[in-house]
Amino acid sequence: MMEQATTSSRYILEVAGMTKHFNVGGSFGKSRKVVQAVSDVSFRIREGTTLGIVGESGCGKSTTARLIMGLIGMDCGDLLFNDRAIGRSAREMKAFRRQVQMVFQDSSASLNPRMTIEASIMFGPMVHGEDRAEARRNAHHLLERVGLDPARFAGRYPHELSGGQRQRVNIARALALKPKVVIFDESVSALDKSVEAQVLNLLIDLKREMNLTYIFISHDLNVVRYISDHVMVMYLGKVVEHGPSEALFANPAHPYTRALLASMPSLDPEKRTLSAPIAGDPPSPIDPPQACRFHPRCALARPSCLAINPALFDAGPEHVAACHRSDPKSPYWTEGEAQ
Amino acid sequence: MSAFTAREPLLSVRDLTVGFKTDRGPITALDRISFDLGRGEVLGLIGESGSGKSVTMRALLRILPQKRTTISGSILMEGRDVLALKRRELASYRGNDVAMIFQEPSLAFDPVFTVGRQIAETVVRHKQCSWDAAYARALEMLELVRIPSAKSRLDNYPHEMSGGMRQRAMIALALACSPKLLLADEPTTALDATVQIQVILLLRELQKELGMATIFVTHDVGVAAEISDRVAVMYAGRIVEMGSAADVLKSPAHPYARGLLSSTIHGAMAGERVEAIPGMPPDLANMPSGCAFSPRCAMAMPECRNVIPAPASVGAGRSAACIRVGSVAA
Amino acid sequence: MSADTLASGNAMPLRASRGYWSGVWLRLRRDPVSMACLTVLVLIILASAFAPLIAPGDPSVGSVARRLRPVGTPGYILGTDELGRDMLTRLLFGGRMSLTMGILPVALALLIGGTLGTIAGFVGGLTNAIIMRAADILFAFPSVLLAVAIAGALGAGFVNSLVALTVVLIPPLIRVSESATTQVRSLDFVEAARASGAGAFTIIRVHILGNIMGPVLVYASSLLSVAIIMAAGLSFIGLGARPPTPEWGLMLNTLRNSIYSQPLIAALPGVMIFIVSLSFNLLSDGLRSAMDVK
Repeated sequence: MMEQATTSSRYILEVAGMTKHFNVGGSFGKSRKVVQAVSDVSFRIREGTTLGIVGESGCGKSTTARLIMGLIGMDCGDLLFNDRAIGRSAREMKAFRRQVQMVFQDSSASLNPRMTIEASIMFGPMVHGEDRAEARRNAHHLLERVGLDPARFAGRYPHELSGGQRQRVNIARALALKPKVVIFDESVSALDKSVEAQVLNLLIDLKREMNLTYIFISHDLNVVRYISDHVMVMYLGKVVEHGPSEALFANPAHPYTRALLASMPSLDPEKRTLSAPIAGDPPSPIDPPQACRFHPRCALARPSCLAINPALFDAGPEHVAACHRSDPKSPYWTEGEAQ
Repeated sequence: MSAFTAREPLLSVRDLTVGFKTDRGPITALDRISFDLGRGEVLGLIGESGSGKSVTMRALLRILPQKRTTISGSILMEGRDVLALKRRELASYRGNDVAMIFQEPSLAFDPVFTVGRQIAETVVRHKQCSWDAAYARALEMLELVRIPSAKSRLDNYPHEMSGGMRQRAMIALALACSPKLLLADEPTTALDATVQIQVILLLRELQKELGMATIFVTHDVGVAAEISDRVAVMYAGRIVEMGSAADVLKSPAHPYARGLLSSTIHGAMAGERVEAIPGMPPDLANMPSGCAFSPRCAMAMPECRNVIPAPASVGAGRSAACIRVGSVAA
Repeated sequence: MSADTLASGNAMPLRASRGYWSGVWLRLRRDPVSMACLTVLVLIILASAFAPLIAPGDPSVGSVARRLRPVGTPGYILGTDELGRDMLTRLLFGGRMSLTMGILPVALALLIGGTLGTIAGFVGGLTNAIIMRAADILFAFPSVLLAVAIAGALGAGFVNSLVALTVVLIPPLIRVSESATTQVRSLDFVEAARASGAGAFTIIRVHILGNIMGPVLVYASSLLSVAIIMAAGLSFIGLGARPPTPEWGLMLNTLRNSIYSQPLIAALPGVMIFIVSLSFNLLSDGLRSAMDVK
C-alpha cells in the first residue's frame, strides 16, 4: 500500500513557506510579545497517503492544521491544492473547504450540544446547497459507515453518546462534504485505548475506501508511526525533520527526533528507560531561541547552532532534517571536535 | 497497632466496595477489590475511564464526598483501620502517612501563595516545627525533585513555573512530610513526552531513595511498565488481573488485559490491523450480569453471564478473575 | 469491522431523544417552587389581561361617600381607595400597566441588547470595542438614577418611561449575550461550521443562537423583577403613569396619606409588586437550575 502510494500518486496538497505569528499582550503599556507559532513551514502530501505531524505543546502542529483549513489566515506562504494556488477570496475558500475537512480533539466541544447527531452531519452539505432529504440520506449512510446504527443514533444529542461514539460522529460530519483531505488534530488522543484502536481501524478502512489523504496530528509517536506514510517532526514552530515513516523512526536524523523517540515509555518492564534523553520543558514559542531553536536542550549544540539557522539537508530518499550536527556536508558538522 | 510487624504489608485492602448515589440511581463504582502493598513497593493500577482507578485512590485517602458515598470492606494501613479514622486522626493520616499527586498540579497548589510557602505550610501543619525549619525543608524538597536553582524557585508562584516544573513542585509538596505511601493519579498524563519520561524517572528514583510505597494510576500501559513492580488491571470497578509487571504485561491472562495490550499501539506494527476490543466499557448504572467483560469477550461462554468470577491464582503471585482463565493461560 | 463497531451501539435503547428545551421544561415541572411561582404569575397576568371582563367595577369611577372602606366590605372585597374607587378593580387594571411596563422593556432590551451583544461577541475586534465601550458608558450610571434621569428629561408618560427602562436594561443584556457568544464562538463546533464553509449569518442562526439562548433568557428573566420594581418606582415619583390611570406604583403613592387610617389598603399595591417581583425572581432561579444540566 505504501510503496504504491509513495511512488505513483501526485501531490494533492502543497504548503510553502507558511508562517504565522500572533501578537500577545501589548495593551496598557505592557510590551507586545510575538508568538512565533509557525515559522516557514513547507511540505507536500501525495494523494492517498497519510502525513503524520508530531511534536510537543507549542510546536505549532495545531496552528498548522488551522492554517491549512483557512480558519486563521497566514502571515505569508502559499497553499496549493491539486497544483492550484488557493486564493483568499470567499468563493474560492468555500469551494476549497469542501476538499479539506478536520476532526478535532475534543469530541464533545466539536458537536453543537443543541443539535441532533443527524442535524450536525447534515449542516455542512446543506450549506453547500444539498437539499434536506438528500443530506439526511447521506448522513444516515455515513453514520452506518462509521459504525453507528442510524435508527438508534440519528436523533440523539451529543451528550447521550460516549466519547468514542461522538468521535465517530465527528468523522462522519467531516466526511459528509466528500473531502479529499482530512486533518485529524489529536482526534484519538482523548479516547480510551480500546476505543482508540477501533477508531484507528475505522480510519484506515475509510481512507482506503474513499481514497482519502490524511494529515494526522498527534503527540503519540506510536500511533503516528502506525498510521502514517510520512512523518513531520515540529519543534517550536519549525520543521526539524520530515521523512518516510519507517526511515525516520529507524534512522532519526535530528537530535530532537531521537530524544522524542527515546522518551516513549518502554512497554517491557524488563527493558525500562534508564535515563531521560533530554532535560527541561519545551520552551515557550514566545521569543524562541535564535538560530536552531533546539540548541538550549541539545547535547550536540555548538556555537554555530546558536548563530546560524540550519537549513533542511537530505538525510535519505524524501527524508530531510534541519541540523548542522547531523549533516556530514555541513561546514559546521565537526565544529569543536577536532580538539 | 503494636501488633503490627514489619513483615506484614504496609497496606492491606479487603473487599473494598464503593457505591455512589447518582441521579440515575445507585451505582457500584468499586466492587470488592482486594490487594496488599508491601513497603517500598510500586503497584500500577491500569484501566480505562470509569474502571474505578481514581475512585480507589480517593477511597484510600478518604476524600470521597461523604453524603453520596457508601464504603464497605476494610483498608488497613500498618494494621490501622483507615475507614474508622476520626477527623483529627484523618488529618494526620493524610500527609504523614499518605499523600497524593494529581494529573493537574493546579489541584494541589493555591495560585495566590508561593510554592515555597505552600510546602512550608504543609510541613508546619504536620510536623509542628518552626517556619524557618519548614522553609529549609521546602528548599530541601525542591532540591530533591531536582528543580534547578531551587532557592529562587521557592518564591515563585505556581503560574510562574513551566508544566514539568510545577509537576515536580507538586511531588515535593506531597513528599514534604515523608509519607509512607504515595498515591499518584495519572501524574504524567498531561505532560509532553520528553517531560513525562523525566517525571517518571524522578518518581522511580525518589521512590527507591525514600523507600516509599506507591500506587500509580495510569491508562497508559507503557507508563505502568516503566514504574510498576506489580500491576493490577481494572475493569468496570473490579480488579480483573494482578501480578508482577513483567508477567501481566508480557503474558496477560485475562481476556480484557489481553485485549487492552493488543489494542495498545506500539512500535513495530505499522500496516497491521489493530486487534481492538469490540464494544465499549459498560455503563456502571446498567451493568451486565455475571462477568462485566463477557459482552465484549470473544471467549465468553453462557456461564460467564451467570457468575461474577472471583480472582483465582494463575501462578506465583498472580491472579485473574475469569472462569475461563485456566484454558486461557494454558 | 462493521460487526464489532456496530456492537458499540447495541446498548443504546431505541427510544426517541428529548430536545433540550423539553428537558428543561421537564426539570422545571419537577420543582414545586417554580411551578407555584409560575401559577401565581399566570393567574395575575390572565386576571390583568381580562380585567375589563372580570373586574367588579370601573377603575376610574369612585364616590367620596365610600372612601377608604376597609378590606372585606360587602361589594368591595378589597375595600376602596382614597377616592372611593374599588381596590380590587384598580389592582386588576393596575396590573395591566405595571406588568406591561415591567415586561415590555425587558423584551425590547433583550431584542436590542441581545442582537448587539451577539454581533459584538461574534465579530470581535473594533466592532466589539465600540459596542462594548458604549454599553460601559451607560453601565457606569446607577440604573435607577439613569432611568429617573431619562424619564425626567423625556417627561412623564407611558412611552417615555418605557424608553427610559429599555435604555437602562440594554447594557447588561449586551454584556451577558456578548460573553455567552464569545464563549460559544471559541468552541470547536463553530470552527467546524466555519470549516464547512458556512457564512457568519448561518453560523449565528444555527449554532450560536441556540446555545446562548439559555443563559441570556435566564438573565433576562431575572431582570423582569427589577424592571417591575423600577417601573413602579418611576410611577411612584410621578415619572411614569399619570393619574387617574391605575398603576401599582402610582397607587402606592396616592394611598400614601391613608397609611395611618387604612394601612392594609395602602399596602395592597406594594404587596402586588412584591408578589410579582418575587415570583419572577424565584422562577428565574428555577429556570437557571433547570437549564444547568449538561
